[in-house]
Amino acid sequence: MSESSLPTPGERFVNGVLPENPVFRQLLGLCPVLAVTATLASALTMSFAVAVVLLGANVVVSLIRGWLRPHLRIVVFTLTIAGFVTLVDKTMAAFLYPMSKELGPYLPLIIVNCIIICRCEVCASKQGVGAAAADALGQSLGFTLALCAIASVRELLGAGTLLGFQVMPAAWPEWVVMILPPGAFFTFGLLMALLSVIQLHREHRRVV
Amino acid sequence: MDTLGEILMIAFGAALIHNFVLHYFVGICPFIGVSRRVDLAFSMGCAVTFVVCVASVLSWTLTTWVLQPGAPIPSFIAGRDTDLTILTYLSYIVVIAASVQFVELYIRRYHPPLYKSFGVYLPLITTNCAILFACLEISKHVGGTATDAWGLHHALALALGGGIGFTLALVLMSGIRQELDLCDIPRPFVGIPVVMVVGGILALAFLGFTGSDQGLVDAFAKGGTP
Repeated sequence: MSESSLPTPGERFVNGVLPENPVFRQLLGLCPVLAVTATLASALTMSFAVAVVLLGANVVVSLIRGWLRPHLRIVVFTLTIAGFVTLVDKTMAAFLYPMSKELGPYLPLIIVNCIIICRCEVCASKQGVGAAAADALGQSLGFTLALCAIASVRELLGAGTLLGFQVMPAAWPEWVVMILPPGAFFTFGLLMALLSVIQLHREHRRVV
Repeated sequence: MDTLGEILMIAFGAALIHNFVLHYFVGICPFIGVSRRVDLAFSMGCAVTFVVCVASVLSWTLTTWVLQPGAPIPSFIAGRDTDLTILTYLSYIVVIAASVQFVELYIRRYHPPLYKSFGVYLPLITTNCAILFACLEISKHVGGTATDAWGLHHALALALGGGIGFTLALVLMSGIRQELDLCDIPRPFVGIPVVMVVGGILALAFLGFTGSDQGLVDAFAKGGTP
């Protein structure tokens, strides 16, 4: 495919946020989406880590795209990502120790997060550095939005707090199940259903 | 507690109490993607179990002999104590990719129809979080900061238990999804949302296993003393 038929950097950025939202539209990288959204703080840290790795991997892959061979490209992507994840992981262990303890194995699991490999494949291995960086920023913004949406619902209902501050009245009966694993599945399923209600409503209005 | 008890505890914990899919959320992609038919889900579970076992054995060996602080092989070469833990993630990825390649070759050679029906999901096992997760869990118990050093048999128990738990979750889910095909689902829930809600109910059911490992410990303690 020629470069001119691919989306421009601006389009890449906008697409990543809502129209091609990695979590709700492409259903990619669901492991951290469900695992680290018990509190808003850990969701934000995770999104930041993913953004750094995605940006680094996209830029590097875009720079070396001329030398990539088809049968080896996935290995090259994964090794690039693993390098960046090691960097982020060690940095976080040095400066944000409690948070890195809380995220536990999910930080190294960014290596096998499908979003990053998918973006390397779809965008960075075909387009220049500018488009790749814009794409990485847009996708990570979309990822952050989705994670924050799920995490705020779970933390608000499960603990009555947001980012550790008490939001709900003190008499709020904490729905502990929202903090536990089942709550992640329920929240994600219901939020997706809500999105498709909105979409159905819009289509209906367009037809009428 | 004796060795057999420890192994049983680790395997039981990995399969049911801390189920890979329903407690740790690793391997969600095949949980959604390959859970339409029971037979496919079962073969996928078996393939993942096999890869997890191979990758765990390899990564345990690698960690013990090469990567952990003061490991024998690099220390012998360098002539002093070395610490190669920084290479952990990179080397695990290579190990996993190699084991997946191996399984892929095997299935293509001996079970061609199965190879066709897996399609893109077979190479995708490489990027299945469950496998890297098992390797990382094992590396936590080898070397450096570990309080209880794990042997190869412990690593294999975790891999086997985790793989069986993964297969169990996948088969349960695909059975439910086959029934769901006949149901009248509210339109916004069609597709992934209903799968997620059902997954939540399954996770809720698996929460019931919490604490049952203590019962197992007690049973072993009773059996051990006359």
